[in-house]
Amino acid sequence: MKQSVIVIGGGISGMTAAGILALQGLDVTLLEKETAIGGHVAHWDRLFPDRKKASEVLDFAMEGLKKVKLVTGVTISGISKHDDGFTVSTSLQDAGCGMQDANTTQLPPAADHDSLFTASAILLATGFDLFEARKKEEYGYGIYNNVITSADLEKNFKSGKAILTHEGKVPGRIGIVHCVGSRDEKVGNLYCSKVCCVTGVKQAIELKELYPASEVFNFYMDLRMFDRHFEELYYEAQQKWGVSFIRGRLSECSENPDGSIILKTEDTLTGSPLKMTVDLLVLLTGFVPAQSAKTICSMLDLKTGSDGFVNPADSHTKNNLSGINGVFLAGAVKGPVSIQEAIADARAAAALLAGYIKSTLVND
Amino acid sequence: MKREGKKLIWDEYQKEIADDNYFYVRSCVRQNFFPGAEKTFLRYMKELGRNVFENPSHTTCSGIGYHSDIVPFETAMTMVARQFALMSEAGYENFVTSCITSFGLYSEVLETWHHFPEIEEKTRVHLKNATGREFNKPKNLAHASDVTFRLRKEIAKAGKYRLVNQITGNPIRVVEHIGCHYSRMFPSKGVGGAEYPYVLVGMIEEWGGEVIDYPERRHCCGFGFRQYLVKANRGYSISASKKKFDSMKPYKPELILTNCPGCPMFLDRWQYTISEMEGTTYGENSQGIPVMTYEELAGLILGYDPWDLGLQVHQVPVEPLMDKIGIPYDPEKKFLDKDGNFMGKPNSPAFLKFY
Amino acid sequence: MIDFGYTLTRDRQLDYDRGDFRFLRIVRAMEPSLDVCIGCGSCTATCSAGHFTGFNIRKLHTLIQRGDNETIKAELKKCMFCGKCQLVCPRGVNLRNLILAMNRAIEQLG
Repeated sequence: MKQSVIVIGGGISGMTAAGILALQGLDVTLLEKETAIGGHVAHWDRLFPDRKKASEVLDFAMEGLKKVKLVTGVTISGISKHDDGFTVSTSLQDAGCGMQDANTTQLPPAADHDSLFTASAILLATGFDLFEARKKEEYGYGIYNNVITSADLEKNFKSGKAILTHEGKVPGRIGIVHCVGSRDEKVGNLYCSKVCCVTGVKQAIELKELYPASEVFNFYMDLRMFDRHFEELYYEAQQKWGVSFIRGRLSECSENPDGSIILKTEDTLTGSPLKMTVDLLVLLTGFVPAQSAKTICSMLDLKTGSDGFVNPADSHTKNNLSGINGVFLAGAVKGPVSIQEAIADARAAAALLAGYIKSTLVND
Repeated sequence: MKREGKKLIWDEYQKEIADDNYFYVRSCVRQNFFPGAEKTFLRYMKELGRNVFENPSHTTCSGIGYHSDIVPFETAMTMVARQFALMSEAGYENFVTSCITSFGLYSEVLETWHHFPEIEEKTRVHLKNATGREFNKPKNLAHASDVTFRLRKEIAKAGKYRLVNQITGNPIRVVEHIGCHYSRMFPSKGVGGAEYPYVLVGMIEEWGGEVIDYPERRHCCGFGFRQYLVKANRGYSISASKKKFDSMKPYKPELILTNCPGCPMFLDRWQYTISEMEGTTYGENSQGIPVMTYEELAGLILGYDPWDLGLQVHQVPVEPLMDKIGIPYDPEKKFLDKDGNFMGKPNSPAFLKFY
Repeated sequence: MIDFGYTLTRDRQLDYDRGDFRFLRIVRAMEPSLDVCIGCGSCTATCSAGHFTGFNIRKLHTLIQRGDNETIKAELKKCMFCGKCQLVCPRGVNLRNLILAMNRAIEQLG
């Protein structure tokens, strides 16, 4: 009998893993809570470091899903483990719960809504949520009209709409704030979200491409250009585009009578408090553990770290294993990852999972 | 500015404020700074049908000494315990403070006892040994501005005036400044939290005014205890106030509303001092920006005589504001004491317009 | 004016909106590599003058970009023009030319 697998989460990790598992001849069901698959990548325009279109990456992942059964708009209501695998029950998302977006990848048809699924193994690829910028009250997101998040900016890039201030002007000066909701004990997140730094550099370049005469300032604590071509992108931002980098974390901001935003930070390299008016402020919001993963973790009794992300069985040698036989992990469910890393990790998880099923068959 | 965004934050910082039967403790400095404020609070509480009890043998909470590094925390806790004992003996459970620093200290002490019950026990022993008294902790702790916030609609309803310019019909433009010890120590203990406090905003809006959010809204008023108490440090104090005035000036504020003993003192008096140091004034036509406590403002709204509110001892004259709102006052009576005797009149400042 | 026994303190907050960037424009045109500094401080660590005076080329480099030229005018004379800073710079900033450019800007703007 053909062996079956359930992949929970239809973001880039889940899509990639589902495709590989289907290639291995397994019967794969992909469960997604939103009404469309694609996860966060579906809302992104271009990707660091090479500015590839996010839609191309999604199209590639979508290619692999031809033989995968897609079930969207469902939440996991229960998971039970038995001798030969798992039974997962789902319920339909309440209408209006899904973040339906006109720009998300088109759903392949025939997404029916069985409420019970059985499988020999589960791959958990529930991803992450974006930090809710409103929680940094002193940054004024949701209060000052000209404060937006990196995700808002990306949606604007994707839609092709002009990036203007609330008052409809081309922003003459733009501030980009790193580490919003990351490396911040005050919001309970001590960890680094890893991809915001390079996203900030990428978005700074894109804004300069759009408005060469505008000034763009990145406010950072450390610039973590950890992967291949990242440092070069940073160099390009300075050398070719004249993006300025100020080492100092935004302390607070307020609104001027004309709607522009006044920033207070320390210019730590000169040792002086600094204030600066910007027409538009972009907050680079980080990763937080997915709310939807929390209930699934408690159903499966999975261990999370103090940061709230799921702990793999071993961070070096068993980083796709959950510690529960038959439950595998891929992507941002384990903490912040780039899209490149998520894809690689999903493939690794799929390989291990396929091996697990085949060895089970041999043992049987 | 998106008001809905602020509202979401305000919704997250709701606090329980008792509706009646308060045990009231005074500030040790406010009766010198703004002598009519506390009396006015007691007056409108009575008129609004609320029961407020005072025990004349209550003392300073010692917060001013604590924050100036001369009273140790153990002593401060025992002083606080005695105040609670007076409340318990009078049969009250709702504790209301006039002073923001007291409110902060009471909150800090209760929080300390909550996390370290052994310290509470020790304080009980200290109080018992020193005075023979015992105490219950209050069921509800609120600042008098919280209580006034709670009653803001009743005050508006009973009021004779609104914060509206009677000539132009425009709302009076108000800057609000919250005392540090109100919600910066414990954001959840203040109405609206620490970043966008709502306690004074709620009153201003309810009474018809418009709130101004200016860049240095969160900056220190200039009191800061150590900045001010030592004369050699006062340059910092006045410079901090000046930073705020410079920042708010382009918004043309017509009133500064405060809920702390220190903030109105410094925001009011330093306007005079700055004018004498460098000739700068911050209101229209060489006027200053009037600074008021929420009790005085509530009193004006309710139609109390301005000279009963103690507005004649303000350094920045409040007359321009009263003229705008259309509140009548008798200039002849400004410098008469409560028995109608002439108190003497201060000299006119060199730059700040005086009435 | 009354002497109260204390005075207003100068606000030491850098106000970027009031910066004077004429100086920066001259220097940047003469030495564009100024933009790729990453603030590592290697230049200042090896600086011959910086060991015996308050001269800090890394900080001056940042101050021009904030539009604060007064400090630079006061400090620049301390440079001995040895060029060690340029040898250690990991980003290849042409620091000797940068210092020359700053001197030119001072000459031009007074």
